[in-house]
Amino acid sequence: MQLPPAVHARLAGGPGAAEPLPVERSPKAGAAPFRFTARQVRFPREHEFFEDGDVQRHLYLQDVLTQVAGAPERPRVPEFTCQVAGCCQVFDALEDYEHHYHTLHRNVCSFCKRAFPSGHLLDIHILEWHDSLFQILSERQNMYQCLVEGCTEKFKTSKDRKDHLVRRHLYPADFRFDKPKKSISPATPRATVQVSAEALGAEGEQAEGDAMEVCSEPAGERHMAGRRIPPTICFGQGASRGFKSTKKRNKHQ
Amino acid sequence: MWLRRRGCLRPAGCGVEELRRRRREREAALRKARREQQLISKRLLRDDAPEEGEGGCVAVILGQAEIQQFLQLAQRGTEEKERERALVSLRRGLQHPETQQTFIWLEGSMRTLVGLLTSNQALLQLEAARCLHELSHSEQSAVAEACLPATSYLLTYLSGHSSDFIELCLYTLGNLIVESEAVRRQLLPQGIVPALAACVQSPHVTVLEALGYALSQLLQAKEAPEKIIPSVSAGSSVLGSTLPQHMLQLLQPGPKLNFGVAVEFAWCLHYITCSQVNNALLITHGALSTLGLLLLDLAGAVQRTEDAGLELLACPVLRCLSNLLTEAAVGAVGEQMQLRDERVVAALFILLQFFLQKQPSLLPEGLWLLNNLTANSPSFCTSLLSLDLIEPLLQLLPVSNVVSVLVLTVLCNVAEKGPAYCQHLWPGPLLCSLLGTLAFSDTEVVGQSLELLQLLFLYRPEAAQAFLQQSGLQALERHEKEAQLQDRVHALQQTALHG
Repeated sequence: MQLPPAVHARLAGGPGAAEPLPVERSPKAGAAPFRFTARQVRFPREHEFFEDGDVQRHLYLQDVLTQVAGAPERPRVPEFTCQVAGCCQVFDALEDYEHHYHTLHRNVCSFCKRAFPSGHLLDIHILEWHDSLFQILSERQNMYQCLVEGCTEKFKTSKDRKDHLVRRHLYPADFRFDKPKKSISPATPRATVQVSAEALGAEGEQAEGDAMEVCSEPAGERHMAGRRIPPTICFGQGASRGFKSTKKRNKHQ
Repeated sequence: MWLRRRGCLRPAGCGVEELRRRRREREAALRKARREQQLISKRLLRDDAPEEGEGGCVAVILGQAEIQQFLQLAQRGTEEKERERALVSLRRGLQHPETQQTFIWLEGSMRTLVGLLTSNQALLQLEAARCLHELSHSEQSAVAEACLPATSYLLTYLSGHSSDFIELCLYTLGNLIVESEAVRRQLLPQGIVPALAACVQSPHVTVLEALGYALSQLLQAKEAPEKIIPSVSAGSSVLGSTLPQHMLQLLQPGPKLNFGVAVEFAWCLHYITCSQVNNALLITHGALSTLGLLLLDLAGAVQRTEDAGLELLACPVLRCLSNLLTEAAVGAVGEQMQLRDERVVAALFILLQFFLQKQPSLLPEGLWLLNNLTANSPSFCTSLLSLDLIEPLLQLLPVSNVVSVLVLTVLCNVAEKGPAYCQHLWPGPLLCSLLGTLAFSDTEVVGQSLELLQLLFLYRPEAAQAFLQQSGLQALERHEKEAQLQDRVHALQQTALHG
């Protein structure tokens, strides 16, 4: 297909529309038995007109799949230690360090040193755990905000929020970034006093320091593995969930 | 700017013929899938070096006991490196479908994996995410759906900061999204759209490309036009979010344009526009002018590099423009928003030339745009004439019947505007070409040729004379018996003979 040089020149030129030649139609144009009318055409999603282009698109997606050795190996550097005070993790690749830093040191609560996966969750945590004004306000109005970004609902209690997360947003009932605050008040009903059993020694995490805390299963909720902890079993404030061996519990998770 | 991030690599030991054969097979499979409306493709992110001395990466099949062992080591190992290595071994095993099956049916395995995914050990987290990614890539629904317990966490991590990790989560989510409507019915209430919208501000090109991929999978879903795209409730739908503006920003030509990113978002935009949900909204965000400028940029790139990958971006851009143009005509949109720049026509022809050489199957799509540009626009029709593009257009006639019909339709668009236009169509090569197309056996091609002849004879009677002199009547006679054509053939015969 030969293109006149004017075309390339025009592309390189400035914007502008051609001055149209005068339009003059005769009523006989397109009259029966002829049928032509100039019209724009749309094609809906599944139209076969798109078949070729769609197939090319998916070949491309699949092609990316077959690249294996092409990606360069991560450059190794001489071992170095994380510079954050108290952390002695050692690295030999920068990308590993980046992820470590963002996971453990970036969104850390300055009050209790817990680390969170995002600034959003950290902000909510500080508000709900360390802001005394929050406690006062929450007695009068709904202050517990939904964790899902884009959802503007607020709730009276942490439990109500959890119910909302489970029912409305299909979150797991044991979502690990939604812990009710540990209460030390004796007036608090038993159901809300819980120590995160899983935080103690479960899956290698420590409860103190900068661990991301795991929310243990409040009584009566549907547990992922189908276990139910009867509401009457609660071994007092500050104690772990008694004789139930945590090892055994983890094995079945 | 136009360099692609990753090169395409061939598996070792494959000859060119073998590759072509495999590609043809894959293409046939994809065509079949599309006709059944089951077009699913998943993207796998793997950066393991292949085993030395072997033909390729051989995934190890792990048995139940081994999987359990690795999981326990990962969970409870005393040394960090040991725990990491256990997960790496598990991940390698999970590259094999059999291991995947064994894994998902092993009680507690997914729960343990999710526990590792959310642990406080960053590198374990990363490896656990890679394991999930392998699972998400499976062709078997049961395996991919077994990943559902992890989705709320994958979405939570999208608001984090570690770009590699986010990229991994995005590709995993993208694979899961495309798996089934059941998966999407969980992901949508979990807030996938706002989570994706939050990622679009990332400065990392790799994250953006992954985001585009995931979003394109979401938008390709069958239920997308009703449930995912419309702004029914703000914030939870694509059009109700900030995604459209950001998408268009990422498609603007300039030094920051990244090819891989642009390809993904152009496809996203295509799935939105062809759903015809609210294209007027896109136009108010400047979609027509952005895409028009991108088309110009593409034509420029084609002139410089002849890179065979450019059609991957050209295709969705052409489609979006074609569909959006139909909106602009219908709605009451301001003058500035409509596409008027003549350079678009020049760019389109440069792309048509490129398609002819590299990807002829895309010619119909390019000509579709040309139809939508010229149908109601005297200005664009004039451009075709003043830039001498009639002859190049005619050179496309022999390609295929579909292409011929489209070429003839565009020519009709020009001719129907009246005598001032037909004056430039004849004298010229057009009549000769029409005598050629009249010899085609395809009824639609011949039918469109007859329409064009009618317009030509009407506005340029001298052309009828020339037609007669070039044995036009005999060319018409061939089709006198054809039911679809005879009335028009007869009418033309009359016009030619009697004026």
